Amino acid sequence: MTADANAWRGVAAEKAEEVSAGLAALLRERSRRVLVDLLRPHRRAVIATVSLIVVESLAALAGPWLVGIAIDDGLPPLLNSHDAAPLLGIAAAFAFAVAVQAVTTRMFVTMTGRVGQRVVLELRRQLFGHCLDLDVAFHESYTSGRVISRQTSDIDAISDLFEEGLDSLIAAILTLLLVGTGMLLLDWQLGLVVLAGFIPLTWLTAWFRRESASSYRRTREAIALVIVHFVETFGGIRAVQAFRREKRNSAIFSGLGQDYCDASTHASRLIAVYGPCISLVGNVITGVVLGYGGLLVIDGDIKVGVLATFLLYLQRFFDPLQDVSQFYNTFQSAASGLEKISGVLDQEPAVPEPRVPRTPPERHATSAGRRVRFESVTFGYRDNLVLPQLDLDIPAGQTLALVGETGAGKTTIARLLGRFYDPRSGRVTLDAIDLRELPDAVLRAEVTVITQENFLFEGSVADNIRLGRPDASAGEVETAARMIGAHEFIAALPEGYDTPVGKRGGRLSAGQRQLISFARAFLAAPAVLVLDEATSLLDIPSERLVQSALRTVLADRTAVIIAHRLSTVAIADRVLVLDQGRITEDGTPGELMAGHGEYAALHSSWAASLA
Amino acid sequence: MPPVTPLRVTHAPARVRSVGALWRLRGYLEPFRIQMIVMFAAAFGAVAAAIAIPLLTKAVIDGAIGHGDKRLLVPLSLAAVGLGAAEALLNLIRRWIQSGAVASMEKTIRDDLYAHLQRLQPSFHDQWQSGQLLSRATTDLSAIRRFAGFGLIFLVTNVMTFIAVVALLIHLNWWLGLITGVVFAPVVPVCIRFEKRYRVLSRRVQDQQGDLATLIEEAATGIRVLKALGRGPQAAARHGAQATDVYQTQVEKASLLGSFWALLDLIPNAVIGLTIVLGAIAVSRHSLTIGGLVAFITLALQLVWPVEALGYIIASGQEAATAAQRILEIFDAQPEITDKDQGHHPERTVVLAAKPSQAPLRSVPGRRGHLVFDHVAFSYPGAAEPVLRDVVLDLPPGQTVVLTGATGSGKSTLLQLVPRLADASSGSVRLDGTDIRDIPLDRLRAAVGCAFEDATLFSASVRENVTFGAPDADEDAVEAALTAAQARFAYDLPWGLDTRIGEQGMALSGGQRQRIALARAILARPDVLILDDPLSALDVHTEERVTRALREILAGATALVVAHRPSTVALADTVALLSGGVIAASGNHRDLLASNPEYAALMDVEDLEKSA
Repeated sequence: MTADANAWRGVAAEKAEEVSAGLAALLRERSRRVLVDLLRPHRRAVIATVSLIVVESLAALAGPWLVGIAIDDGLPPLLNSHDAAPLLGIAAAFAFAVAVQAVTTRMFVTMTGRVGQRVVLELRRQLFGHCLDLDVAFHESYTSGRVISRQTSDIDAISDLFEEGLDSLIAAILTLLLVGTGMLLLDWQLGLVVLAGFIPLTWLTAWFRRESASSYRRTREAIALVIVHFVETFGGIRAVQAFRREKRNSAIFSGLGQDYCDASTHASRLIAVYGPCISLVGNVITGVVLGYGGLLVIDGDIKVGVLATFLLYLQRFFDPLQDVSQFYNTFQSAASGLEKISGVLDQEPAVPEPRVPRTPPERHATSAGRRVRFESVTFGYRDNLVLPQLDLDIPAGQTLALVGETGAGKTTIARLLGRFYDPRSGRVTLDAIDLRELPDAVLRAEVTVITQENFLFEGSVADNIRLGRPDASAGEVETAARMIGAHEFIAALPEGYDTPVGKRGGRLSAGQRQLISFARAFLAAPAVLVLDEATSLLDIPSERLVQSALRTVLADRTAVIIAHRLSTVAIADRVLVLDQGRITEDGTPGELMAGHGEYAALHSSWAASLA
Repeated sequence: MPPVTPLRVTHAPARVRSVGALWRLRGYLEPFRIQMIVMFAAAFGAVAAAIAIPLLTKAVIDGAIGHGDKRLLVPLSLAAVGLGAAEALLNLIRRWIQSGAVASMEKTIRDDLYAHLQRLQPSFHDQWQSGQLLSRATTDLSAIRRFAGFGLIFLVTNVMTFIAVVALLIHLNWWLGLITGVVFAPVVPVCIRFEKRYRVLSRRVQDQQGDLATLIEEAATGIRVLKALGRGPQAAARHGAQATDVYQTQVEKASLLGSFWALLDLIPNAVIGLTIVLGAIAVSRHSLTIGGLVAFITLALQLVWPVEALGYIIASGQEAATAAQRILEIFDAQPEITDKDQGHHPERTVVLAAKPSQAPLRSVPGRRGHLVFDHVAFSYPGAAEPVLRDVVLDLPPGQTVVLTGATGSGKSTLLQLVPRLADASSGSVRLDGTDIRDIPLDRLRAAVGCAFEDATLFSASVRENVTFGAPDADEDAVEAALTAAQARFAYDLPWGLDTRIGEQGMALSGGQRQRIALARAILARPDVLILDDPLSALDVHTEERVTRALREILAGATALVVAHRPSTVALADTVALLSGGVIAASGNHRDLLASNPEYAALMDVEDLEKSA
């Protein structure tokens, strides 16, 4: 074990957690803009809810005030002249206030719930749609984990705020203001005594806010580490057990758990101090009001009823503040969630939809492929230039293989062709139309990229194949599967094509998942098919089957194949050898093999390894 | 025997109700007995102080004001301040202690849960979605923590408060007190009913949010596929529909909540209204003083919280009980792959912590590692056909056997049997003459090193990932392993070997990941190396270099390597063809090519020879 207990985690470029004042203001501004945009369509509902809460608070304040009046003005007639009328009048007013309060509370809670959840729904839709629009480069640098937590925990935090926090916060603030005013109006001297309590309260609340902001962050970070460690351990349980990692893992997990335990203890101790301190202030003021108010009553400055009203008000005055401390975390996580969400919404897709979309001409009946051209294309990731200047013309129907070492730019070409990225300069065209001018739906119908990443979605095998063409019939799905040799293993599954694929296709082997990805592509029948290492997980007979399907069914389509295995390359009409983004050899497999270039050398060393 | 930590889970006969589940976890509260006692005492003290304050109000109004005696005001108001301070202080003490106690109780359960899960065999983990396990370790544990820290105490104190306050009210005025008590009592079941309906809706929201999260997760991780096939609009439509379901339940929840809050506002106010009218009558009959009336109202208001909270507390108790049940589902799952002497002992208290290896296993490198598959069969649970029927394979020490076979023929399954990530259904695997089920797990796994096709990397430094199976390895050993696996690129990462990789760190390519995983397997210096298609993501050049390095390393160890490519087959002393659940053929590459058509098709060389 290293001296530093956390050395195992290693170093990574963290997103700055502590933000400068300027940036914080910017973030707040950005999230406010998002919030205002979302609330704008509900302007009237917002005004209505605010009016409701004012009415509700006023009605709530009427109660103690009426109690005071009842004692001072309702009781004496009853005692002295057995006249119950004033008291009953007051009781009626009281009942009215109670009814108003109940009705407005009901309406307020329901309405804020409705509006709040509308906003949340809208936010969910916007965010999900926006994430789909954002380019692959964004997703890769932002990581799927963050994309997921923006859409789950962050949005849930906002939802929680609307659900439980917002009304109690507004109610607390209004009560504070109204009760304060009411007490000053009833008796300014006694009112001032109560208001003096504001000084320690403000101080306490400022302290609590400051402390809990940092403690909240600490808790979130600590639990995030616990979760990551937990999920990774059991995601990789085979490696964990095979390498007898259990004990060290337990030690690490316990350490992370201790950090979280400490952080959450600290956080709840802040509330443990804040809450009782608020009630301490309240109780002390109650004692003082009791003494000083009693003095005023004896001196005849105020009546007993006023004192009773004050005592009842005091109870209402401090209780909502207790809620605020509970509510503060909800508020904080919603605010930081909104900040992060607005950050994602602010991202412009680097691969936008065309402003003036064009449609490619009808495909020929004879050749269903399309001509692809790279015209002076340059591309790179950040500072790293991958394609210095690429010119490439692939005639319709040609099968082109790309060969070269890792980093030569093969995958980049595939991704440019699938418009996962746009070139820095130059253009990629499909039948002479720039890919940037094709609407996404059209582009996807024309060009399909299959990678080694054979992701399966929740649902049945058939559902997953049908992803290639959602309106395909069961027969067409099966035909596609048969073509690439997947039918046999699918038919052998417990429910055949209707077998659920399980979590991420975990029940199927890597090769089988790969075949399903292929079936998708065959069903989609695009004009241009791009295979990026797509056959590397298949055994050779399966690969041959896929290739023969390529040669027969998609013979007239344009295809770009990237492969490590030279056997895969053999079926190509044409081979390109790439080195650092430049084409160093170009010809038919036979021509290249006969030459003395890189390809010939590769091929002979490979052939030697077989013999 | 090394010291073991027993779980604090009490074992229960067969089926128990959810409350029983909670009771079974009581052992985790045991260490906090003293804290619990102090917390209860403080809670009772605080309640008593809070109840006493209105009595001082009565004394002020009736005594001091009634008699115009100003001298009484000072001690009375000081007493009120004192009681108020005591209440606040006692609450502070209770909550302070509670914060520490429940957090560390939660941690202990989580640690035990984690350790137990690590002992459960991979097939258990295949059956459980990781989200399900995680929610038990987080959400469910919080529910238990909340109940232990909050619900449990208030369940007792609130009932006590209710009884004490009603008794005091009756003492102030018996019939008024009785009426107030009777009016309040039915509120409890009403609150419980509300809470129940609310929980149902909350649960529904949770489920719907879970479904929504699955869609979100798929769209995020499968973004390239969605984009490549242009299926964004469909995904958005599904998401929209699911999000609308969540919205509808949330609105329903809000409207229920609205009625509930309204009711909760109504109750105390109705009580005040009632007491004013009835109290005035009592005052006019001289059975209650004015101070008594004020005290009565403030005291009656103190009933509101215990009564309305009771619904919440009971609901939180039910929630904690359900959570306990869900957690016990895991604790009650017995590890199926254990050391021989541990086996199945459902009656016994579960023993944690794997046994450390007792002695260094190897003294003479290369002399050990005789691996034999003796008529091994294996079928996955629920599968109609066994994957492996009758595998017979002998790997003498130091030999490299390449295992090949069609996709889905069970190659990976066979490899999993060696480090006992799964146990054979029948037959046995023997290492140096001993059935591997008789070798302590820790020793067996120290003797077997693995690299799997999906290179599992963890969010930790490169060094941590490479020294995964050999935490004590020194710099030189790490360097040698990285060099052999052609993974020296790790030194060029921004922070060298300290660079964090994995999901939370630097993104590596598939080939880079495989090479790191390979370095990990090499570094463990095992007697037996199990490599499952370890070079599939490498380009031809790198593959060639790795193969060359591997050949040297494999010379010292027994190795079982799954391979698809003829180039990797070159590593083999012997090639074995797995087909139809048996080793259909074995021998050297050339002989098999000539004699076995299935093997020849798999390696597909005719084609190549023609073109070459």
